[in-house]
Amino acid sequence: MTQVITSTTGTQTKALNILFVAIVGAGILFFSGFVQSTGLHDAAHDMRHATGFPCH
Amino acid sequence: MFKNMLAGGLIAGFGAGLFAAMLHFAFVQETIILAERYETGELVHFGNDAVGGESETVSRDSLDPGHGDAEEADTSALTRNVMTVLFYALTYSGYGLILAAAYQVAGLFGRKISLQQGILWGIAGFTCVQLAPAMGLAPELPGTISADITLRQIWWLGTVLATGAGLALIGFGRNVPFVVVGVVLLALPHVIGAPVLDSFNGTAPPELAAEFSARGLGVGLAVWALLGWLTARFAAPEAA
Repeated sequence: MTQVITSTTGTQTKALNILFVAIVGAGILFFSGFVQSTGLHDAAHDMRHATGFPCH
Repeated sequence: MFKNMLAGGLIAGFGAGLFAAMLHFAFVQETIILAERYETGELVHFGNDAVGGESETVSRDSLDPGHGDAEEADTSALTRNVMTVLFYALTYSGYGLILAAAYQVAGLFGRKISLQQGILWGIAGFTCVQLAPAMGLAPELPGTISADITLRQIWWLGTVLATGAGLALIGFGRNVPFVVVGVVLLALPHVIGAPVLDSFNGTAPPELAAEFSARGLGVGLAVWALLGWLTARFAAPEAA
């Protein structure tokens, strides 16, 4: 019984960790690829065009 | 596991990002710079009389290199290129983290990711975020006029998610219905169709736009293959 509970908690922690890392990754991509503020857009411009992010 | 995923994803992404920047400057940047000279009207493509200016066929040899005020142009080109390197590193770090997270999800289902499998995962990632979206919204040269940015971003994101889910179902589905749903998901964004304009308004020669698109996709494939490999190297799930 104890083992089962531990293993469930372990899986939940793992799932939360995975979710956290994926969200951090998506957050980075949101800024580098999506936000259209002039400063970010200009700085990321060439990369955005070349990698096919919708731009302008 | 958490540290492994976070640090491994970042290291892999950063490395792939630097490789991306290198290939960008080797293959892509010159087409962007040239397109901008058409965008500003400095060069006029012969097929584009409406813009005004002298119509003439421009030869490739007459275009290179060095143009304008040397020193000022050098500084701003340097800043611009440093930004490009930084944003490649940033973007692929983001992709590296997401790929590392995806590897861990596969790990939860008892799968191990070998280095060779990492390359396949990378190619699948390339298909999701570059190839599939490019079939509706081809990579655009500066100066291209296109549909509303928000609509395009929504379609792009939807296509990435649908393609990812579709490939996962085809790759890991246990029976035929999974594969069928996977194929439907792959097709769906293209059946819906990307937001495009009714007219063509590009200022640059079509040859240049084609070159830019093809090179961008080729660079993307190479970088994603490396990203998949590096992420498998630094952030593969531990054996269950």
